[in-house]
Amino acid sequence: MSAAQPTVAAPAAQLSTVPLARAKAITAAGHRRKGPAPARIAALIVLIVLALTWLTPVLWAALTSFKTEAEAAAMPVTIVPESGFTLDAYISVLREGLVPRWAWNSLYTSTLITLITVAISALAGYSLSRLRFAGREMVIALIVASIMIPGQILIVPLFHLMLSLNLVDTYWGIILPQTVAAPMVFILKKFFDQIPYELEEAALMDGASRMRIFRSIVLPLSRPILGAVAIFVFIGAWNNFLWPFIVVNDSDLMTLPTGLQTVISAYGIQYAQNMAQSMLAALPLIIVFMFFQRQIIKGISTTGIAGT
Amino acid sequence: MTTADGLVTPPGKTAALSPARRRRRRVDALRGWLYLAPFLLAFGLFLIWPTIYGLWMSFTGTSLAGTNTQFVGLANWREALGDPQVWISLGNTAWFTVLSTIPLVLIAMFLAVLVNTGLPGQWFWRLSFFLPFLLASTVVSKFWNWMYNPQLGLVNTILGWFGITGPAWLQDPSTAMIAVVITTVWWTIGFNFLLYLAALQNIPDQLYEAASLDGAGTWQKFRSITLPQLAPTTVLVLVLQMLASLKVFDQIYQMTGGGPGGTTRPVLLYIYEVGFTGYRLGYASAISYIFFFLIIIVSIAYMVISARRSVKA
Repeated sequence: MSAAQPTVAAPAAQLSTVPLARAKAITAAGHRRKGPAPARIAALIVLIVLALTWLTPVLWAALTSFKTEAEAAAMPVTIVPESGFTLDAYISVLREGLVPRWAWNSLYTSTLITLITVAISALAGYSLSRLRFAGREMVIALIVASIMIPGQILIVPLFHLMLSLNLVDTYWGIILPQTVAAPMVFILKKFFDQIPYELEEAALMDGASRMRIFRSIVLPLSRPILGAVAIFVFIGAWNNFLWPFIVVNDSDLMTLPTGLQTVISAYGIQYAQNMAQSMLAALPLIIVFMFFQRQIIKGISTTGIAGT
Repeated sequence: MTTADGLVTPPGKTAALSPARRRRRRVDALRGWLYLAPFLLAFGLFLIWPTIYGLWMSFTGTSLAGTNTQFVGLANWREALGDPQVWISLGNTAWFTVLSTIPLVLIAMFLAVLVNTGLPGQWFWRLSFFLPFLLASTVVSKFWNWMYNPQLGLVNTILGWFGITGPAWLQDPSTAMIAVVITTVWWTIGFNFLLYLAALQNIPDQLYEAASLDGAGTWQKFRSITLPQLAPTTVLVLVLQMLASLKVFDQIYQMTGGGPGGTTRPVLLYIYEVGFTGYRLGYASAISYIFFFLIIIVSIAYMVISARRSVKA
């Protein structure tokens, strides 16, 4: 990637070495520059309209989920629940459906995927950054080239492989292929490259082992980037539809996106319940966003980290 | 540049290293592979092997049940190139890419420029435009299937307030693709929006100040400073967006199933149907690799373009 792109090739070390105050100035959009008043008022009005437009589908789904089934299916269409707000849809979904089961499956697989991916990617990134060995350049080239491979074309051979390994319809079948994150290895390597080697050098001369250095020096310094990687891997794993869809047919093992897709009520489409399920499925990552907003936005802005 | 053992060693002088350092070199080499091993194992098994195996499968008649793995040479490839559905779905994919990429680049830039003017409530704008990006495709599809519901959906209800009878968005061949594109723009714009926002904030204030001193107006400043400064980001967003649009599957599968009549079916969906509904994994692989070839062309074009840009810069 050329240095002409500040957004992707920018040192990932920005995440850890930029003092918090300056980081706030960078991420707190626009507090550095103001335009003329009439332009700003016009911009504000346009923004409000656009923002509300963007929120509309979510609001509409939410409002529907609080209606009674009868009202949700009734004409003329009401915007706000006129026969009263009710949690019936949610109660039915939680009581009868497999949503809690699917949520658990998503949590379990996404957590494992995140832990494994971060661990093996950090180790690999460190190896490629610090340790010299024959074939290192080739490995780096291979990893970078592999980023071009669209995962979607692999569903056919991967499924065949899972069949032979007897991993179809299993948790590990869902988890294992998703632990390969070549872009993350590359991002972590670039970050480790930025850490001054003197720190490790000093510890080496004091007789510390590589693993000790990795664990006690490099990793603590890398917390921001590791955090960002973990968040994005988790989000990607949680929202992944295609692979769990291919590899799992058993309803009990489905993740939230996959399970939700299969819902066909025996009584025809129940709109309020449908929306209640969707809201419940949307909730976990919305909560994640509330907690990790800054890291998520910084992660995308400085490394384009979710760009695959 | 310091080498891995921390001390500057001119090339070719390895023999002059102390025994301790030579030992470390060997141990480091071992350790290098050891640390790399877990990743390489997963990488080799779940990425490289399937890539090679998939290519091999395209030369066989393998079925979903794993049977029928005899070599059939180029039969699948010939069939794929002659299959009208392959061309139709490639055309749908290209059309979807064009329709979605343009707004996803332009509107994202527009939103970022607006937000960057320094209005209060930054968290609100970021939340509004970026939140959809965090939703799973299934949730997005369910929301919009509901929005597009011909009788009960919000879109037609609002159109109804203006006396317009809205179409059956997802069932009507003339509107289905547009409907899916609108959903996609809504869903993924947040990412491009953030990239543009970061790029805008990186533009040095001095440029604008100098231009103001020279008497430049807002629009002039935008055209002569903002746009050129955003050029690298635009190239990046454009290519990332094109690649993402070419790989579309989830929301189309979940909203139209490729219909009506295959008018929205992208290549990946056709591959899925051939392989997993039609049971022909070998044939599906051949189509996959034609598609892969297309992706590589776009990726290489991007690398050439950015290499040329950095030489110019």
